[in-house]
Amino acid sequence: MTNRIDTRLADLRKQGRAAFVTFLMAGDPDPATSLAIVEALPEAGADIIEIGMPFTDPMADGPAIQAAGLRALKGGMTLRKTLDLVRGFRAGDDHTPIVLMGYYNPIYIYGVETFLADAKAAGVDGLIIVDLPPEEDEELCLPAMAAGLNFIRLATPTTDDKRLPAVLANTSGFVYYVSITGITGAAAANAARVGEAVARIKRHTRLPVCVGFGIRTPDAARDIAGAADGAVVGTALVEALAKSLDAGSRATPATVKAVADLTASLAQGVRAAARAAG
Amino acid sequence: MTIQKPNSFRSGPDERGHFGMFGGRFVAETLMPLILDLEKAYAEAKADPAFQREMNGYLKDYVGRPSPLYFAQRLTEHLGGAKIYLKREELNHTGSHKVNNVLGQIMVARRMGKQRIIAETGAGQHGVATATLCARFGLDCVVYMGAVDVARQEPNVIRMEMLGAKVVPVQSGTRTLKDAMNEALRDWVTNVHDTFYCIGTVAGPHPYPMMVRDFQSIIGVETRAQMQEAEGRLPDSLIACIGGGSNAMGLFHPFLDDPSVEIFGVEAAGHGLDKLHAASLTGGRPGVLHGNRTYLLMDADGQIQDAHSISAGLDYPGIGPEHSWLHETGRVTYLSATDEEALSAFQLLSRLEGIIPALESAHAIARVIDLAPKRPKDHLMVVNLSGRGDKDVPQVGDILKSRKTT
Ligand SMILES: Cc1ncc(COP(=O)(O)O)c(C=O)c1O
Repeated sequence: MTNRIDTRLADLRKQGRAAFVTFLMAGDPDPATSLAIVEALPEAGADIIEIGMPFTDPMADGPAIQAAGLRALKGGMTLRKTLDLVRGFRAGDDHTPIVLMGYYNPIYIYGVETFLADAKAAGVDGLIIVDLPPEEDEELCLPAMAAGLNFIRLATPTTDDKRLPAVLANTSGFVYYVSITGITGAAAANAARVGEAVARIKRHTRLPVCVGFGIRTPDAARDIAGAADGAVVGTALVEALAKSLDAGSRATPATVKAVADLTASLAQGVRAAARAAG
Repeated sequence: MTIQKPNSFRSGPDERGHFGMFGGRFVAETLMPLILDLEKAYAEAKADPAFQREMNGYLKDYVGRPSPLYFAQRLTEHLGGAKIYLKREELNHTGSHKVNNVLGQIMVARRMGKQRIIAETGAGQHGVATATLCARFGLDCVVYMGAVDVARQEPNVIRMEMLGAKVVPVQSGTRTLKDAMNEALRDWVTNVHDTFYCIGTVAGPHPYPMMVRDFQSIIGVETRAQMQEAEGRLPDSLIACIGGGSNAMGLFHPFLDDPSVEIFGVEAAGHGLDKLHAASLTGGRPGVLHGNRTYLLMDADGQIQDAHSISAGLDYPGIGPEHSWLHETGRVTYLSATDEEALSAFQLLSRLEGIIPALESAHAIARVIDLAPKRPKDHLMVVNLSGRGDKDVPQVGDILKSRKTT
């Protein structure tokens, strides 16, 4: 079964360039603006769209993404509405892959089987769940793969060679390499070290490796894109969004454009990369 | 749904850290290798007689164990029923049961060669115990504490700083214990190479709930022997307050397979169970947070709800996974006590026995006040006095003063 993620990454490989992956929080700062932003992303150069599922207790996220989640929740966002957002986007775009990223509890409470069916029907392609390591694969990973969704695994600098086979065993779509030990938005990724890590992971898998956490600028995006199959940017986009809001954290006429403009310049960085990863 | 009764209530968790459906290891991949290392290091320590010997030495001469099992004569006479014994954990060095667990974890951290210790704290008792043992062993110590708790438990903040710890007030979320734990986890993910996370209760990912329980079980082990000596038999009932559930689990665990012993846990009912409270078993349902599956207070979307309790140490929207299992299997009965009931019990124990309890422990006393009169005079009831109330004196003093003037 081919899916949008495999198709998109194979196309980009043929074009000889890395993927640009964006992350923004669903419903930030309100559902309508959030849909307008997501709709603007492909045109601005996003190849794959990650959408955060807001959660009250995001243990792996820094202040910017924590605040984005709280803005969304305050605006009434729920997991059901996150799926509505995906459905809304799919009405106008049937090609750009959508990956939902977040924490397990809202999915567990929604009901795993119902969630997987609803997510698939809404047009979701993959899931990244921060607090589900391979040790808990029976919870969601195996049911998600059975339902035809990609379950994308996080590999980190602490995932050593001994552990990599377990981490890569039940995974599909791509591998998300977390380039720093830390929370989102903290340190800056070092391209040389990232290159070594990507090579190490590729000795264990044929899946593409995308790299995220700590990429903030077009130059950094270019460097990382030169060392991997894709570069993920989240915090920088979320911060650009936050900066465009009014004093009451409401969207302004500048909000969608602020995110689209930064997306475009980061995408240029990615496209400028000399392709290294094979 | 009927829950299968196990042959023993003391055999959990399984090798994946499950107590029935509860527990597990729901953590970010960055932490997973370390958690597996910790599991191994703890298993080795547990099997090492030298580790046990060293720990017993510190428990005796540094912590001051065994803690007395004290017959509360005036409280017993006042209530007119069961014979009430207090397990005096408040007499431990640093003033609560928390030190039992911290000593054990710090010794494991030393075996693992970790030089930097982080902790979350609510009431500050776990933070104080951690700061104390870090001072004793020359380790760096950072304690995360919700900004709300920093304000209401100021004496403990001052103590931690005197002991050389860095106290970080947490401004995110509800600014209480749950957010302190989030922030500690964020620190841990960032500094995983040199940092040991000393969790203060029977929660978190496996092996923490088991390890903390083991270190706290000394409470119940001593109680068994002391009651045998005082009365020549087992107690008839046990009662303890529950935040995450470590003082309760420490008292309960050695008695779980003695069917004659009735066991009660007391959660914080805050303003009342129909208002803001912290009673996860009574008012919550199973979910996943902070590394394990357990009962949580949350909304229909799975978002964690604000807890409330007058006592910072109980102000947490979850509970250790083993308690969730003991609740579903029916082995332990979980009750609750409101802020007001705890305040009354706080004053009653102070006046009748000359013991000012921690507000946390006062929740257990509050349920003794209505359980004891309904039991016969030869019923032996043990209450875990998990901590002393020094830290609460300013807060309770302010509340009582404001009531006099209005
Ligand atoms: C004196 C005292 N008792 C009880 C608790 C609650 O924790 P646990 O339920 O883990 O015993 C605390 C926590 O801060 C405490 O300080």
